[in-house]
Amino acid sequence: MSRIVGIDLGTTNSLVAYMDQGTPRVIAGRHERAMVPSVVALTDNGLIVGDPAKEHLTRNPERTVYSVKRFMGKGLADVQHELAYFPYTLTEKGGVIRIKLGEKTYSPPQISAMILKELKLRAEAFLGESITKAVITVPAYFNDSQRQATKDAGMIAGLEVLRIINEPTAASLAYGLQQRTQGTIAVYDLGGGTFDISILKLKNGIFEVLATNGDTHLGGDDFDQLIADIFLADIRQQHGLDLTAYPDHMQGIRLEAERAKVRLSEALATTATLDLPEGKGRFIRELTREQLESLCHALVERTLGPCRLALKDAGLTPSDIDEVVLVGGSTRMPLVRQRVQALFGKQPHCELNPDEVVALGAAVQADILSGGTTDMLLLDVTPLSLGIETMGGVMSSLIRRNTTIPASAKEMFTTYVDGQTGVDIHILQGERELAKDNRSLARFRLKVPPLPAGVPRIEVTFLIDANGILNVKATDMRTGQSQSIDVKPSYGLSDQEVERMIEDSFKFASDDVSARKLIEARLDASALIVTTEKSLADGGHLISAEGIAAVRTALTALASAKDGTEPPAIRARMADLEQAAKGLTVAMLDDSLKRSLQGKKVSEIT
Amino acid sequence: MDGHGHIHSASDRRELQMARSMCWHCQSEVSGEYFCDRCVKVQPVSKELDYFTCFGFPRRLSIDPQQLEAKFYELSRAFHPDFYQNKSDAEQTISLGNSAMLNTAYRTLRDPIQRAEYLLDLEAGAVKDIRTTPPADLFEEILELQETLDEFRASDRTSSEAAALRTRLQSERATLEQRQRDMGTQIQQLFGQWDALQDRGEATEQACAERSRILKAMRDILSNRTYVKNIVNDLVATIA
Repeated sequence: MSRIVGIDLGTTNSLVAYMDQGTPRVIAGRHERAMVPSVVALTDNGLIVGDPAKEHLTRNPERTVYSVKRFMGKGLADVQHELAYFPYTLTEKGGVIRIKLGEKTYSPPQISAMILKELKLRAEAFLGESITKAVITVPAYFNDSQRQATKDAGMIAGLEVLRIINEPTAASLAYGLQQRTQGTIAVYDLGGGTFDISILKLKNGIFEVLATNGDTHLGGDDFDQLIADIFLADIRQQHGLDLTAYPDHMQGIRLEAERAKVRLSEALATTATLDLPEGKGRFIRELTREQLESLCHALVERTLGPCRLALKDAGLTPSDIDEVVLVGGSTRMPLVRQRVQALFGKQPHCELNPDEVVALGAAVQADILSGGTTDMLLLDVTPLSLGIETMGGVMSSLIRRNTTIPASAKEMFTTYVDGQTGVDIHILQGERELAKDNRSLARFRLKVPPLPAGVPRIEVTFLIDANGILNVKATDMRTGQSQSIDVKPSYGLSDQEVERMIEDSFKFASDDVSARKLIEARLDASALIVTTEKSLADGGHLISAEGIAAVRTALTALASAKDGTEPPAIRARMADLEQAAKGLTVAMLDDSLKRSLQGKKVSEIT
Repeated sequence: MDGHGHIHSASDRRELQMARSMCWHCQSEVSGEYFCDRCVKVQPVSKELDYFTCFGFPRRLSIDPQQLEAKFYELSRAFHPDFYQNKSDAEQTISLGNSAMLNTAYRTLRDPIQRAEYLLDLEAGAVKDIRTTPPADLFEEILELQETLDEFRASDRTSSEAAALRTRLQSERATLEQRQRDMGTQIQQLFGQWDALQDRGEATEQACAERSRILKAMRDILSNRTYVKNIVNDLVATIA
């Protein structure tokens, strides 16, 4: 069986991992960075993904998509209140959000597919083989539409998604494998955009999820926004400037807020700086950890409710939990750690890198599916109750939340009127009494032979598979004939649409790859030219005139190669330039070392 | 088997069902539990198979949770779709169906009340006729409680009258909760009686009568229990 990779498709960052002889490892790209920013930008040279795309957030905000995971499986009405925060344009078609990039619009699964493709290429380059199968993680609290959208994204990216697994449970697999944990554990997963809590029992290689809860709209992004909001207010007050009119600066402020937040996990105070438009100079603001914590306090508290509910559903109290595991970049915040520790009354674990542990767990699950790991088995649950709308608009629950999956329920349907030929069925997900307060998943019409009222007996089986995705099957109990059902998802792409998107993506795939290589080579070349020129300006006096001339020649050669269309040629000229500038780099290093030692006593140096 | 003067025991029943089935793949007779002896393909769990038999347990109401869990894990390892990824579509479908059935069986047997309801359903047919009128011995009490609840709902929550009503409701709640605990004990006793009767395995007229009595008593308690539980939930929600 061909290799299956594990993918963490995150709100802010994504990663791919594989199993290397019993040990899961993340695959790093250039510069040894394993994380691919979940950002897609439309440039003059086409679509780009990851680190180079992230640079376009401030340069080209209207055409740079980030946090697309927030839109997976959703309609425009679901995100109405936060539209103002996003610089790109969102529309809707067929109940699915569409994102406008230049002349074209893309569904969230298509954008996610671009990120997945980037990870696929990275894995292929690293492993030296074609990758067509993957396990992809989703927040445990994702509903059916969001899971289906993730599966669609995989298909569009040319990946057969063998399993959708929940992020906290993936993390538990990585912990279980590497730390040989046993007992009852709580996995607290606060990522860029989502929060999950899962309670599991680990025993003899079985990972049994007892309960899960969460909030698919709560994460690091929200902390950043709060910080950005106070910066905005200050700028308005101090400089009389409304930055919301400047999308590029809005992105700059968001990124600076994020950086300040990250620094405050280590430091007690930090300074945020931002260049202002309209020649208004610079905005400089001191932010203390205390301020950050009072700002984020309410959001962190919001994670505790789901924790208590999950404990209650598992029939446990905090003292029953043997270990607490932290997952997700946002759990680096000291405030989060304190609150989690206070709730469960024990020091949480964070031995594994919280950014990587989910991808590692996905690789473990991939290995289980390919038959490599046979002693571990994950028994997960469905996070939300599944039901149908009954008379009076009430939801009748068929499969309760926290039921172990695969799970099935059967329901018998009949007619109320003579000769009635169809029964409309509306499938819902959620915990509320009334149908309208729950998430509409899909509708379908059950075909019934025309018979006197009450005579037809159609048995409908609702089956939630191991991915947490619903399958519906109907059988006429009188004839034993099964019936195919055309389920119309309320917030999803139709099969035909997904098909078309897959075709599109194949059609452009080969163009994409070569275009991409060229774009990357050009970007890298530009970056190298800029840094080398700066070095020449700063340290040219440290080397000989011949040395300077050699660097200049190599610079010119690279600049002209960059305008060509051959990535290998560009790469070759880059190598030449690096070689030519070596003397300069060394001289500058020596010089800076010398200067840092100047004026210091020997005792201070040693 | 009836010749021994025994009621069908669960294990007898299982042998019967298993012996009758044929491997879907190689058509040879399947005598093993869930896998064909010859071609080792997984077999679909029969729809006729009850949850007790599926777990290899006799039809008793006392179940050791540790044993149940161990068996659940064992069968999960046998059926879970994770282990059928490389197998044929037919096997994947069977694995999915078996796993779903296993999960339902485990959930049902794990909870003593659901277990008893399920056993009643097996032994005496349709169960959950949820009571709409109060149990006889609680009739007066519950009528009065409903009145108090109505009064409380209509009252001004800040008034001293409401405070007095609340106190009364609190004490009612304590009484009903005690009643729930009593029912729990009674159910436990009936579990013991049922299991003992099954263990004796007699088919006498007396044993038959005893069997009917236990099932009826169990049915009454389960239905009263649901009724009282709903009342308590309502009460708790109202005074919260």
